[in-house]
Amino acid sequence: MAQEQAAVTGRSEAASGWLLISPTFLYSVLLLAAPLVAVLVYALTLKDVGGFSFANFHEVWTKPIYQKLMGRSLTVSFSVTLVTVALAYPVAYFVSFHVHPSKKSLWLFLITIPFWTSYLIRVFLWKVILGYNGVVNSGLMSLGLIDAPLQAINYNVQAMILTLAHAYAPFAILPIFVSLEKIDRSLLEAGQDLGESRWMTFLRVTLPLSMPGVIAAVLIVFIPTVGDYVTPDLIGGGKLPMIANMIEVTMLKQNDRHMGSAIAVTAMLVVAVVSLIFLMLNKRFLRGTK
Amino acid sequence: MSTKDAMIEFRDVHKYYGDYHALRGITGTIRPGEFFSLLGPSGCGKTTLLRTIAGFEGISSGAVLVDGRDMAGVPANKRPTNMVFQSYAIFPHLSVEQNVGFGLRKDPRPAAEKAKAVDEALEMVGLKGYGKRAAHALSGGQRQRVALARALILKPKVLLLDEPLSALDKKMREQMQMELIKLQRQVGITFILVTHDQEEALVMSDRIAVMFEGEIAQLADPETLYRRPNSRKVADFIGTMNFLPARVTGEAGDTVEVEAAGFGRFGVAASQVMGGKTSEGATVGFRPETLTILFDGSAPSDRETMATIEEVVYFGDMTYYDVRIDGTQTAVRISMRNVFGRPVLDIGARARVGWSPGALVLFR
Repeated sequence: MAQEQAAVTGRSEAASGWLLISPTFLYSVLLLAAPLVAVLVYALTLKDVGGFSFANFHEVWTKPIYQKLMGRSLTVSFSVTLVTVALAYPVAYFVSFHVHPSKKSLWLFLITIPFWTSYLIRVFLWKVILGYNGVVNSGLMSLGLIDAPLQAINYNVQAMILTLAHAYAPFAILPIFVSLEKIDRSLLEAGQDLGESRWMTFLRVTLPLSMPGVIAAVLIVFIPTVGDYVTPDLIGGGKLPMIANMIEVTMLKQNDRHMGSAIAVTAMLVVAVVSLIFLMLNKRFLRGTK
Repeated sequence: MSTKDAMIEFRDVHKYYGDYHALRGITGTIRPGEFFSLLGPSGCGKTTLLRTIAGFEGISSGAVLVDGRDMAGVPANKRPTNMVFQSYAIFPHLSVEQNVGFGLRKDPRPAAEKAKAVDEALEMVGLKGYGKRAAHALSGGQRQRVALARALILKPKVLLLDEPLSALDKKMREQMQMELIKLQRQVGITFILVTHDQEEALVMSDRIAVMFEGEIAQLADPETLYRRPNSRKVADFIGTMNFLPARVTGEAGDTVEVEAAGFGRFGVAASQVMGGKTSEGATVGFRPETLTILFDGSAPSDRETMATIEEVVYFGDMTYYDVRIDGTQTAVRISMRNVFGRPVLDIGARARVGWSPGALVLFR
């Protein structure tokens, strides 16, 4: 009897659960899964000829141009991830450990301010700052410190990394902050009580316990930056395309959806594999610790 | 007392948090090898005092000495003390043996010997064979034991315990009390326990400091605290004590002459006379078990008075009677051990109450 009752409530709970997620589910199917399937189908068929073939993939995986662009994309996003997380950690640590609890929400609010303007505008502002006739160059020139605009700060990979690191900083700060907040402060006292200095306690207690946040930050920054195509266009001046620019050119300019789809699917696979390897390497930090 | 007899010495310790005066001139010593308790209600400063020993709280003035050495400026990680935290503070990302061996990193012994020490520490706290378990899979009692092993493996001069039993259920708590006492005898180091549970303090401690509002109200062994509390406040906090108004009528040698409604005139030995006079004047205090209800055939008592039973609380082995002694206004509690074949009295019944002036305490 009790079991039946449980079964009945279970069913109705499940039903209301389905009802609750169905709008999102429908939306996901129509606007995410369906296009993905379409991309996959394009990638596996030949332009003009049609018919199932791996030829597109074969071309993407063997032609040096794609390898070079994919390599650049990965290099840029690895560097951006490294820089972003390395800079975000101290900020998150400071807010979590040294900001008075009543001021923490204010700090988080301030950290999210860059989100108030569109990503495009933020990237464009960096162009204004770093560009050939940008703020830095014209400033330095009017001060007489340099005679000609510096080339080293614009239209190169470093400028792209700088721009992207700034754009993604809040994404990295927040998950690290959350994981630091969850650490029981008595654990840090215990570390010192057991003879370790503050620094060693950080290395042996705080850092490993905040790793879930760091891992989340790494993925949140790494995955979208691989596919970024605004920054290479604006900051890289179009001279340093990344894989996403290649997809855009192939798809829209060359009107080759089949080839473009194959590049896109390849990029997705590469990102997925790199992310999975990263997760595997950090598996021990992600065990349940409740 | 010379510092030789003191493992911990507090010299007029004051602590302020902004305007809040958390510790108000703590002075006292804790002897080597002693099981010492800091007892008091929440907010009395007992945990703060413990944390000044551990080095987690600085002090505003005064001095804290551990084994004769002033701890001023010595950080927590350089102090010869270890702590069992209220939350146990078990590192959730480490296994049981990694937790227990956490403090051995700088130990020069080879790894195999350290591993042996960890095993021994685990065995000592009854967790033999648990080394490989994940710390987060342990029960509350097991976490407690890991915390103990982790602290004791470092052979501290003083072990600090911050309300270590408060998170355990009653049965587990009583078991751990006994185990802690045994453990302390076994390792022989000074244990300092912070607790708000007077029963726990009485059961476990060699000596207890009762604290109120940042001050030590009384520092004594459990029996003295129970029998001769030095103020009404301490008496009220430790166990149950009945209070009745009294009038001091005179002093003769070592005896104070007292008159109290319901008890008549009697003398109280000077050793039983405490401070703690209230605005209403003197008070006599007595524990529930120092009065007895006299049944037919009971041994005659020193003195007798009549009373009416107002409330009966039956506990199985004990019965608590709230009785109003003739000539008094307020009910007092008497605890009686139940004897087979003897009836429990009913509410409203009249009873003879036996008492002895020797068991009373006078607060004046």
